[in-house]
Amino acid sequence: METPDPNEYPPLSLAVPEPEVRPGGQPDFSHVAIPRAGTVRRPPVDVDPEEIRDLAFTIIRVLNREGQAVGPWAEALDITPEDLLEGLRHMMTLRIYDARMLNAQRQQKTSFYMQHLGEEAISCAFQRALAPGDMNFPTYRQAGLLIAAGYPLSAMMNQIFSNSEDPMRGRQLPVCYSSREHGFFTISGNLATQFIQAVGWGMASAISGDRKISAAWIGDGSTAESDFHAALVFASTYKAPVVLNIVNNQWAISTFQGIARGGSGTFAARGHGFGIPSLRVDGNDYLAVLAVAKWAAERARRNLGPTLIEYVTYRAGGHSTSDDPSAYRPAEESTAWPLGDPILRLKNHLIALGIWSDDRHAQAEAEILAEITEQQKRAEAIGTLHHGQHPSPADMFEDVYAEMPPHLLKQRHEAGF
Amino acid sequence: MARMTMIEAIRDALDVAMGADPSVVVFGEDVGYFGGVFRCTAGLQAKYGKTRCFDTPINESGIVGAGIGMAAYGLKPVVEIQFADYMYPAYDQIVSEAARLRYRSAGQFTCPMVIRMPTGGGIFGGQTHSQSPEALLTHVTGLKTVVPSNPRDAKGLLLAAIEDPDPVIFMEPKRLYNGPFDGHHDRPVTAWKSHEMGEVPEGHYTVPLGKAVLRRQGRAATVLTYGTMVHVALAAAEESGVDAEVIDLRTLLPLDMEAIVASVNKTGRCLVLHEATLTSGYGAELAALVQAECFWHLEAPVRRVAGWDTPYPHTHEWSYFPGPARVAEALRQLVEVA
Repeated sequence: METPDPNEYPPLSLAVPEPEVRPGGQPDFSHVAIPRAGTVRRPPVDVDPEEIRDLAFTIIRVLNREGQAVGPWAEALDITPEDLLEGLRHMMTLRIYDARMLNAQRQQKTSFYMQHLGEEAISCAFQRALAPGDMNFPTYRQAGLLIAAGYPLSAMMNQIFSNSEDPMRGRQLPVCYSSREHGFFTISGNLATQFIQAVGWGMASAISGDRKISAAWIGDGSTAESDFHAALVFASTYKAPVVLNIVNNQWAISTFQGIARGGSGTFAARGHGFGIPSLRVDGNDYLAVLAVAKWAAERARRNLGPTLIEYVTYRAGGHSTSDDPSAYRPAEESTAWPLGDPILRLKNHLIALGIWSDDRHAQAEAEILAEITEQQKRAEAIGTLHHGQHPSPADMFEDVYAEMPPHLLKQRHEAGF
Repeated sequence: MARMTMIEAIRDALDVAMGADPSVVVFGEDVGYFGGVFRCTAGLQAKYGKTRCFDTPINESGIVGAGIGMAAYGLKPVVEIQFADYMYPAYDQIVSEAARLRYRSAGQFTCPMVIRMPTGGGIFGGQTHSQSPEALLTHVTGLKTVVPSNPRDAKGLLLAAIEDPDPVIFMEPKRLYNGPFDGHHDRPVTAWKSHEMGEVPEGHYTVPLGKAVLRRQGRAATVLTYGTMVHVALAAAEESGVDAEVIDLRTLLPLDMEAIVASVNKTGRCLVLHEATLTSGYGAELAALVQAECFWHLEAPVRRVAGWDTPYPHTHEWSYFPGPARVAEALRQLVEVA
């Protein structure tokens, strides 16, 4: 065999992917292939993953442009008008809550905030597929899980304001909620670390012969972390009862999703190497999210193992209050996003069903705003970041261990508490 | 000389290094087009192209591991970990690989890489944007660890780190990015442009690794510190009335023992100060070295002031942070020991 002569080849060069447009350019999403609503098939939950590989490359959609719910995923949805109205209310609540908290951050009542703008359907709808006792391992952009689970807004605000009623006792960054009772695991603040923990929770349920399932959450950018891949291999090997959720909102701070995705085409396709059924869904379609979440939860409950879901959506706001997206993407990009606004789409569906109207919508908005404003007044009266009542500084030393060891006790005394 | 923030000084050092040496490459999360969440790499991609300054997937182990491969090949990667708190996924690559490449290959493969990471608190960053994990790095043999306290040093130390033949951890106290911070969080912020250490020489210069600097001369006690705490120590020396000598270590490893011994032998009293948690912190190493090298000159036990041994809290940041009041009290107690 001859040794190859490298000089016969042209020099190598490094590929560094770039988004189609940067600030100053015209947003163009014509390359995003969007199937018509209702056209993607709904397989049985015990389908062989090999037979649905194509579902990782399409987009499952239910709500069409006329506001109708169409196709097999819609037909499988067992949903009442009351459920639909409640779903809309959850999303509206989350959006108004976000707007109020963003404003509170600008007024320095809190140090930091992260909003959900454009992504409300995903967490609000997903929660409706879970049962009490199931556990989410969320990221910082899934507060809709709490709202849809009935967690009090006042508790959320107290956490944002780090006041004396903050259930996290002022220890955590704002938006890092936790409520075991509401199936919401404590948010770490680090990325991807909890994706594998969700798999462990599901494995524990199976080891214990229990009936609970878990849900893992991650963003498009964080799927690059090793913990994401660890979660997929554990979930695959042990057929853990877990729903693995990837929220692809196109942007990881300033980094477009192509950097994390590489050459695989979609994030859902990551599941194929692990033999995990993998679906891609319209994340701005409340009913599509709910339908796919129920399908995946059903698989988990029937001991059929994990499901990977990619929600295709768009982060319409900044990454956080520390971020200004106009520095790295065109300002008009969010309005050019082709999947529309999740609240508007569900609203139009309810109007098409004849159970909702613009007037009732405006009235509901006013009611929700009044309620949130009232709750906010009460929370602010307790305290905000720099004013009012806060947890005692002595509390800083609690919960490091179940029992405070002597060296910490000594430090607490030295600190004067 | 231009007045610069520490961000501008770091960017300037990278610019000088990239301009002089085509083997210097810069990468990390959000560092390319956007120029980093703290803007330390702004403009470098536009100037040097996207194969020399680029965004990476969010995988710190990948960032450091790829950097090691490039360094072993012969490039000089300067990688950014977005916050020191995000370092842990890269710890295996740092500890088992970067630090030992030279040793285990008997010098066949080396790792001339710099790992930059914003460190420390003071910005209400909570437990995942405030940590000071330097002791986890100084404990690892094969690494050098640098913590600048001002723009002028930051540029010179970063250039020295890039030119060093071994892996260097470059920790940037984020609370010092825009101005010297003495721990008085309730007072107006001072900008580097009104501080003499904000004067940064143009072009290439280095501040050698392993050389401490005296920031304040004094006779009553020696404060050994680095990073943000240098400014806290200076404030505490003024406010306590204790005539303390303040040594800015600048490099934790290699350590300037000569400067330490000379000062402690003169004052006979030593306070070790850092923002990181107390137990098994870098201050323990300093205290052990001082008692071993200066025992017969010591007039009081070596004292430590550090962050409490709790996760970095959000609301109680200023009860946690070892500010000038705590340092001043410790200085007064230190000089009262008969």
